[in-house]
Amino acid sequence: MKNFLISGMLLIFASASVYAGGYRVAAQGQRSLAMGHAGVGVVNSAEIAFFNPSGMVYLEDKFTVSAGVTGVFSNVKWQNTSTGQFAETQQGAGTPFYLHAAYKVNEWFSLGLSVTTPYGSSVEWEPDWAGSHLVNDINLAAIFIQPLVSIKLSEHFSIGGGPIFVTGDVNFNRNANRTLTDEQGNRSNITVDDTGVTNTGWSASFMFTPIEELRIGFNYRSEILLNAEGGEAVFSNFPNSTLTPQNGTTTFNATLPLPAELTLGFAYEPNEKWLFAFDYQRAFWDVYNSLDIEFGNPNVPTSINARNYKNASIYRFGAQYKATDNVTLRVGYYLDESPVQAGFFAPETPRNDGNGYTAGLSFQVSEKLAIDASFLYLRFQEVEASYDSYSENGQSVPFSGTYKSNAFLPGLGVTYKL
Amino acid sequence: MKNYIKYLPLLAIGLLSCEPEFDDAIEENEVYTAGEADFSNYVSLGNSLTAGFADNALYIQGQQNSYPNIIAGQFALVGGGVFTQPLMADNLGGLLLNGMQIANNRLVLSTVSGSPAPTLIAGTPQTEITNKLSGPFNNMGVPGAKSFHLVAPGYGNVAGVELGQANPYFVRFSSSETTAILADAVAQNPSFFSLWIGNNDILGYATSGGTGEDQAGNLDPSTYGSTDITDPNVFGGVYTQLINELNANASGGVVYNIPNVTDIPFFTTVPNNALVLDAASAGSLTGFFQSVAGIFTQGLIQQGLPPTQAQALAAQYAITFNEGPNRFVIDVPVTQTNPLGFRQMQMGELLLLTINQGALAQGYGSVALSPAVLQVLGILQQGGTPTQEQAQLVLGAVNGIDDKDALDSGELNAISNARSSYNSTIQSLAEANGLAFVDADALLNRVGQGLSFPGGIITSDFVTGGAFSLDGVHLTPRGYALIANETLRVINQTYGSNLPEVNVGEYATITLSDNVD
Repeated sequence: MKNFLISGMLLIFASASVYAGGYRVAAQGQRSLAMGHAGVGVVNSAEIAFFNPSGMVYLEDKFTVSAGVTGVFSNVKWQNTSTGQFAETQQGAGTPFYLHAAYKVNEWFSLGLSVTTPYGSSVEWEPDWAGSHLVNDINLAAIFIQPLVSIKLSEHFSIGGGPIFVTGDVNFNRNANRTLTDEQGNRSNITVDDTGVTNTGWSASFMFTPIEELRIGFNYRSEILLNAEGGEAVFSNFPNSTLTPQNGTTTFNATLPLPAELTLGFAYEPNEKWLFAFDYQRAFWDVYNSLDIEFGNPNVPTSINARNYKNASIYRFGAQYKATDNVTLRVGYYLDESPVQAGFFAPETPRNDGNGYTAGLSFQVSEKLAIDASFLYLRFQEVEASYDSYSENGQSVPFSGTYKSNAFLPGLGVTYKL
Repeated sequence: MKNYIKYLPLLAIGLLSCEPEFDDAIEENEVYTAGEADFSNYVSLGNSLTAGFADNALYIQGQQNSYPNIIAGQFALVGGGVFTQPLMADNLGGLLLNGMQIANNRLVLSTVSGSPAPTLIAGTPQTEITNKLSGPFNNMGVPGAKSFHLVAPGYGNVAGVELGQANPYFVRFSSSETTAILADAVAQNPSFFSLWIGNNDILGYATSGGTGEDQAGNLDPSTYGSTDITDPNVFGGVYTQLINELNANASGGVVYNIPNVTDIPFFTTVPNNALVLDAASAGSLTGFFQSVAGIFTQGLIQQGLPPTQAQALAAQYAITFNEGPNRFVIDVPVTQTNPLGFRQMQMGELLLLTINQGALAQGYGSVALSPAVLQVLGILQQGGTPTQEQAQLVLGAVNGIDDKDALDSGELNAISNARSSYNSTIQSLAEANGLAFVDADALLNRVGQGLSFPGGIITSDFVTGGAFSLDGVHLTPRGYALIANETLRVINQTYGSNLPEVNVGEYATITLSDNVD
């Protein structure tokens, strides 16, 4: 549980990665991801357990499993033409994964399990770069474990859902301020680290099938607060002075919210060959007002980091074409609105609105086994942005510049059915 | 499945190469231009300010924040080459000559004594000046150098250090025992240069409280003492030679004028009216100096001076003190018009940072009252006549501030005359040669009034102001960043470049540390 919380914290700190709005990493199924990560109405594989558990009961097979992993290659560049400074994040491959399983108990009742990493972030700037007082590096990961049920109420309507167990890890390092060093000129910095932070939430969904060709889906996942309590905070390279914090380890408390997410969408299958999907998603990021890090050492003031996120929408479009008996092709697009508001653009989450272009295919190796591949190219406009809530001596010290980022997410998975 | 997996590393490599690109990327040299200047081989000449001296020492961190190093960082955006500096061995500062320490460690702000105070950082310095560094170095700033030192052969000869004929900092990286700083600079064939020299030509005198000589009229600098003021013609001749040789093959350069001593906290931190008195003390001090005047009048009369003349001459010693701040009493040379050799300080006269402030609180700068003196004063109060010995006791109790602790108006005039002459030389040579000119005097004057930046205000206040290091004379990294920004601004103006200025808030001020002995 604690691990999940920590992960959440990392996300908060370091959402520089370019996956989806905030520190949401949308890569919970290769088949959906290839279609713009739309899937609330798509009854296709065990991926439905995550996208819309109520749809599990419509799966034809008795037991089906989907599993996969995605490599996240994100790049963020920053420059400030008024000072001539520039920086970029280090390459690091995040690896969100998923495991979904659905078991059809009988015609009207299915059980499922979904293990995913829908939130996470990993951003590493060059140490002591121009924004090092905001973040040097951050690593956040949260794992969702969801036992699920799906109940068919009629041919046209089903419901589903279940609890969510979360465990998260967080590790976040940044410099104490823009100038403080020890006697050797090494920048004073603070690392907070916590693992196994846990909490619980829930999900609820329905699927409405008015005609055979059309499924309308709705899914809601609740907000989950990852409360890191008693984590480890390490103070390094502070000078030996009674006027500054001492080097060493203390504890910290902080809360990272994983926002609630609502999805409404449909899948339309005009014929055997084609499927079209659309999801509208709303992420309730307004819960993320501020990241407050409270230290165990009473001499160290609480670090208040305004975030002031807003709720954000995502529009997902996907299409699937069954080319042969063995090969299914998919393409998609999504528009990902950033929850970050003007003046709150922090380099740990340098996210403006993104355009995701996706493609992928499934190859049916045998009756039971298929390989699913997907590829996402996430593109962001070059943006002039600033984070204005950092202050020194009671004065706001904006951190501004031009950001340009992109991300490539190749993913591979398998679908197995009995 | 296996077949697919083997291609994954290739895919990963392909993705890594797909980095986002800015429309106009600084990194790709798409934003700035050098204008008419060529920054490929920039060489800086000067004294401690150019070297990055701070906190009364030269140490690595200070050197890395020297203004030449800061501007070289911006030059690098438009084709500037690597900028090398003769880095010290450590961050302690201090120098060794054959293992003997010949220069102090740097100052840090320590709280060990209970209240924050500049204190020497503890440790044994590792910079042995006989360890010759192999150059050449782009930063030729040499702490302590005066104008004429830049052209002095043998200024980097280790044998001359103990005799005061050579400079330990130049000894570290001079190309030979006979070379001069200018010669080593010109040998690098700089494409661009900076020159900030002349500060020490008056500062040595000023920081000694004016104990040296004003050498105006003496054209032989080899006869000057270290605390003397350099003759303006000597300065002018040397400066002309420096510009001519540096500019011969360079695309351009930037020169700096000399700031006023009143721009520097070393001279402005202790006010000359810090003698704060309550009404009773003011009254008794006034009474004391009336007694002094009275005793002196009597003495003069006894020596045969007519009483009116005696009273007129002695009247200057009947100094009146008022409740609140009063100017200190200062010792001055004995003259016919001031036979006792003291007077109250005048507006504009300065006290040095190094003055013993504890002593000031104990009567240094006014009167050293002993019980014996008080007894004599009592006799006088009751209308009695003290003996000659007793009278002398009263006169001797006057405790004026020593010459070494203050700059009086005469000394300030000498400094000011030399400085204006140097500055007009610098500015006219800059104009004549089309060089960029930094009005460092005006800049530091603005700092004195407070310069705001995102994150605070930079002032010249000692310790807290942000611009000046703990020695009160040299700048902090933030202060040097201000110099660098002004330099970049005038270079852009002169050469049509568009170099960006640095963010001064990212440059540190003073170092806090209790690592002291």
